[in-house]
Amino acid sequence: MKYGMEIAVAALIIVFAAVFLVQDAAIRASGEEAWGGADGAAAELIEASGYEPWFEPFWAPPSGEVESLLFALQAAIGAVIIGYVFGYWQGSRKTT
Amino acid sequence: MHIMEGFLPSPWWQVWFLVSLPFIVIGLYQLNKLVQEKREALPLLAVAGAFVFVLSSLKLPSFNGSCSHPTGTGLGGVLFGPCIAAVLGLIVLVFQAVFLAHGGLTTLGANVFSMGIAGPAVAYLIYKAGTRAGANTYATVFCAAALADLFTYVVTSIQLALAFPGTAGFLGAFTAFAAIFAVTQVPLAIVEGAVIMLVFKYIVQLKPEILTRLDLLSESTLNKLREAAA
Repeated sequence: MKYGMEIAVAALIIVFAAVFLVQDAAIRASGEEAWGGADGAAAELIEASGYEPWFEPFWAPPSGEVESLLFALQAAIGAVIIGYVFGYWQGSRKTT
Repeated sequence: MHIMEGFLPSPWWQVWFLVSLPFIVIGLYQLNKLVQEKREALPLLAVAGAFVFVLSSLKLPSFNGSCSHPTGTGLGGVLFGPCIAAVLGLIVLVFQAVFLAHGGLTTLGANVFSMGIAGPAVAYLIYKAGTRAGANTYATVFCAAALADLFTYVVTSIQLALAFPGTAGFLGAFTAFAAIFAVTQVPLAIVEGAVIMLVFKYIVQLKPEILTRLDLLSESTLNKLREAAA
């Protein structure tokens, strides 16, 4: 099987997405809010003990849109580099 | 998910800076050596760093109703060892702390230790042990990357439990933090392991000579892997 591993990884990601959809449906049916960040949950746990963070970020993205822009930018920078290097390797294999 | 800005009290944030510092220094030294002696490994280094960029920007929903993101540092750990991976992790963590208010500058030391050092160290050790024992290379890479991801969050839980033992004591606090971080991370760790395993396969196919150059795989194992793929 030439593409055995690709198929297995794709299947795993589909299962991952399917589990999410099933869970999401169950959580929505119960009327709860979910899918916040794990760090937010930990922060709540810490703040519940009366702790106040002693330092604030100098700058925070002003809205969810700007934040997702920056996260997308981060992913795009990485993806461009990965694509470039693998393309370069592929190309140099063909010419030699 | 990293420890957020201001969420580590003194002396813990200084302690983690001190613990991480030597790894960064050794990492910079090793990077310098790599650049001088094995220039052909630079594209691979770029891929390892870019992987951390991509994977740590993807906040994925986990099965317990909260979101977290993979780390991607397992690949760097396997390929270059934990010290160089620490430098790669540092770059991404500074980017996220400055531009995204994700993680933080005061908690940078702790986050570099969990994501850049502890996780990659696990990946590195598993990979070395696996190849020495002659285990299947791809299965080894999968385990190395998945456990590196998971261990990162176990360490984050330990760091928070040390700083905030509360009334439950260290173990009680650790269980509470691990329930938030590590449990969320299990499915993400499996996905990350699978993706990095796939990338490793492409490296074997496209640039096998670099893996022998870095003493990661022997000629004979490499030939076997390439024959199986052909």
